[in-house]
Amino acid sequence: MSERETGGETAGVAEAPVVLEMRGVTKTFGPVRANDDISITLHRGEILGLLGENGAGKSTLMKILYGLYSPDSGSVFVDGEEVRIRDPKDAVSLGIGMVHQHFTLIPPLTVAENIVLGAEPRKGASLDMEKAIKSTEELCERYGLRVNPRSRVADLSVGEQQRVEILKTLYREARILILDEPTAVLTPQETEDLFSVLDELVSDGLSIILITHKLGELLGVSDEITIIRDGKVVDTVKTAGTSEGDLARLMVGREVLLRVEKEPAKGGGEVRLAAENLVVRSNTGAVAAGGVDLAVCAGEILGIAGVDGNGQMELAEALAGVRPAESGAVYIDGRDVTRLGADARQELGLAYVPEDRGTKGLVQDFTLSENNALKTYDEPPFSKWGWIFPKAMRRSAAENLRAYDVRPANPDARAGSLSGGNQQKAILARELSGDPGVIIAAQPTRGVDVGAIEFIHRQLIKQRAEGKAILLISLELEEVRSLSDRILVLYAGKIVGEVGPDATDEQLGLLMAGRGMEKSA
Amino acid sequence: MEDFLGSLGPLLASTIRFATPLVFAALGGLFSERSGVVNIGLEGLMLISAFTGVVGAWYSGNAFVGLGFGLAAGLIFALIHALMCITFEADQIISGTAIILLALGGTGFLMVEIFGSGGTSPRVPGFKEIPIPLLSDIPLFGPALFSQSLLVYLMYALIPITWFVVYRTPFGLRLRATGEVPEAVDTAGVSVTRMRYFGVALSGILAAFGGVYLSMGLLSAFSEGMTGGRGFIALAALIFGRWNPIGAAGAALLFGFAQAVTVRAPQDVVPNEFLQMIPYVLTIVALVAFAGRAVAPAAIGKPYRKE
Repeated sequence: MSERETGGETAGVAEAPVVLEMRGVTKTFGPVRANDDISITLHRGEILGLLGENGAGKSTLMKILYGLYSPDSGSVFVDGEEVRIRDPKDAVSLGIGMVHQHFTLIPPLTVAENIVLGAEPRKGASLDMEKAIKSTEELCERYGLRVNPRSRVADLSVGEQQRVEILKTLYREARILILDEPTAVLTPQETEDLFSVLDELVSDGLSIILITHKLGELLGVSDEITIIRDGKVVDTVKTAGTSEGDLARLMVGREVLLRVEKEPAKGGGEVRLAAENLVVRSNTGAVAAGGVDLAVCAGEILGIAGVDGNGQMELAEALAGVRPAESGAVYIDGRDVTRLGADARQELGLAYVPEDRGTKGLVQDFTLSENNALKTYDEPPFSKWGWIFPKAMRRSAAENLRAYDVRPANPDARAGSLSGGNQQKAILARELSGDPGVIIAAQPTRGVDVGAIEFIHRQLIKQRAEGKAILLISLELEEVRSLSDRILVLYAGKIVGEVGPDATDEQLGLLMAGRGMEKSA
Repeated sequence: MEDFLGSLGPLLASTIRFATPLVFAALGGLFSERSGVVNIGLEGLMLISAFTGVVGAWYSGNAFVGLGFGLAAGLIFALIHALMCITFEADQIISGTAIILLALGGTGFLMVEIFGSGGTSPRVPGFKEIPIPLLSDIPLFGPALFSQSLLVYLMYALIPITWFVVYRTPFGLRLRATGEVPEAVDTAGVSVTRMRYFGVALSGILAAFGGVYLSMGLLSAFSEGMTGGRGFIALAALIFGRWNPIGAAGAALLFGFAQAVTVRAPQDVVPNEFLQMIPYVLTIVALVAFAGRAVAPAAIGKPYRKE
């Protein structure tokens, strides 16, 4: 985390003028009150953390501020004057810039082209590319945002792409910068780089709203934190006087176990899932996993850490049998299953929680009962002699949904109507209810709220205690560290190191960036 | 050898003539598709314009008035496509198909209404060849390239102009961006709807030039169904040329060459029907060979809806 002198500076901030105020903002979508009388205040040169679970209403509020939604009621003041923001253009002209969670960059275009889009420097009828590049370079220089204006965005790392997004707003002379979950896609090092850039920006007089559901980071960078729950402001606190535990309680509305409690690994369990020199190609035909060896034993959780896009998804799919292996072998309980499909592997006791629950975990338009039987519909008691028994499916689903606290626990509800956390619990219910011996969980808590995360973690720990072999693939370092007994780091499709759960951020970060292999080897 | 050279000039000249409508339509398709709207209706837009051009020239006795009619018709029907696809978010393929069917049926019906019978219209004033002094005197290439009608010269100019507009102007940058990631364009404060309307409107106007050239440059009359799949071949040229104006024009020239060969090849050696297949077979081959590798605009075919 970056360090800022909290003492002297906080006092200064308190006197700084208010640059932005949102007062009594309410926005409803049908029966849902996404924002209910929300008010926030942002001072000049301040970083305001906006904390809340998924679906709490943070993003809605910021979309209102950026003119993407119009509020039902409430008002916005910029520099003390009431303003009406009808579209992003209005927001931009008021000096508001937004870096979305999902980047809105155009991959085939260059950095400079992306940055000047919509506000292009001209020379007669043509676009003045030289000037565009020069302006970009000047901004890079000024705030320490290293990126080459002539590179194609498609060739940049995620961290660099984020810098381009920030540069886009700076090019439009933003004075208020909104960052929506900016660290979700970054390595620890990249996160630090980002925070030092943010420091640079606020010391230059910009004001920043940082949306996140990660408690730890806010403590490091923000000046004040506004906590939102169920569309309402719960509290606004000074960062200096708060703790992670306080924030978690405010955010969720009850005590939360931040640390996962687990028994020490028993050790000595037999190998249940193994891969040998596994090579897998991505959809584009590139080698995504280049010779991975791993072994997961009964009663342990093996974590795989790494930055997104380093072959995690392909590796998980190859292990689960939904993506063919180019070469190498996969074993379940010592049996070579490389040539077997997903269905056969499942019969051998493999459970698979896919990374993309929306498209690969559930059929959105099917009911929960149908989704629950998705992998076993062709077996008794769900079917016999080619007939399907909906009653049996519904009964089993109702049981599973209750056991895994899926809300609503209604077997006839459409899967797509559930929140992310409940969808994930429904998948878990299906996968774990069959008492599998091996579990592959890819990003089991991505985009899931804190309450559900806690529940999912406890389920995984429980499975571990029952002697299951669990492979956990996650982008969240904290998750990998708190659940795993051993951690493998995946970089560019290769295992670049193995560390224990007590490894430091720095150790892991270096490995995740593909460096420090010498040290750990 | 002399015989070969002697036939090369006319072959080149007819390559240009056959390629001209294809280049117009392909460049038109480029503007539409770069903005993210598939326009398989090019075939229909060409046909409608070919017909309205002839109608305009028939009533006024002036080729340029005919051209104006043709362009207006192309623009109007392109705007219908835009309205369907952009504003009403209809399926772009279905809308395009509707325009083709409308063009086929509508021109057939109006032929009878206006000229009294179907088939082929009476002769109307068309665009005559205007040899460019000096340039047309160059041996071999001169007569082929520079003894053509005004619309062909316009086609020459349009290739670099399109390239410049697409790659060197703010409009072009926005157009390309709209076809790739419309969300990014929207958040940059540029209207996606506006860019797409522009793109589709330009495709209508350019396809209309192609259609008018067919009926009033290549011939001096309209005959039913005279586009004969040229709109689709233009689309193929666009894909073959990787949505790049130079590439698309090059591909259109290649397809034009194939048609020229078809017409000029000695017919006693190979059956005529077989020769007529060549342009279409070549189109399929080109698409199979190159389409997989071609990188289409990412957002093509998808309506953009603000959240």
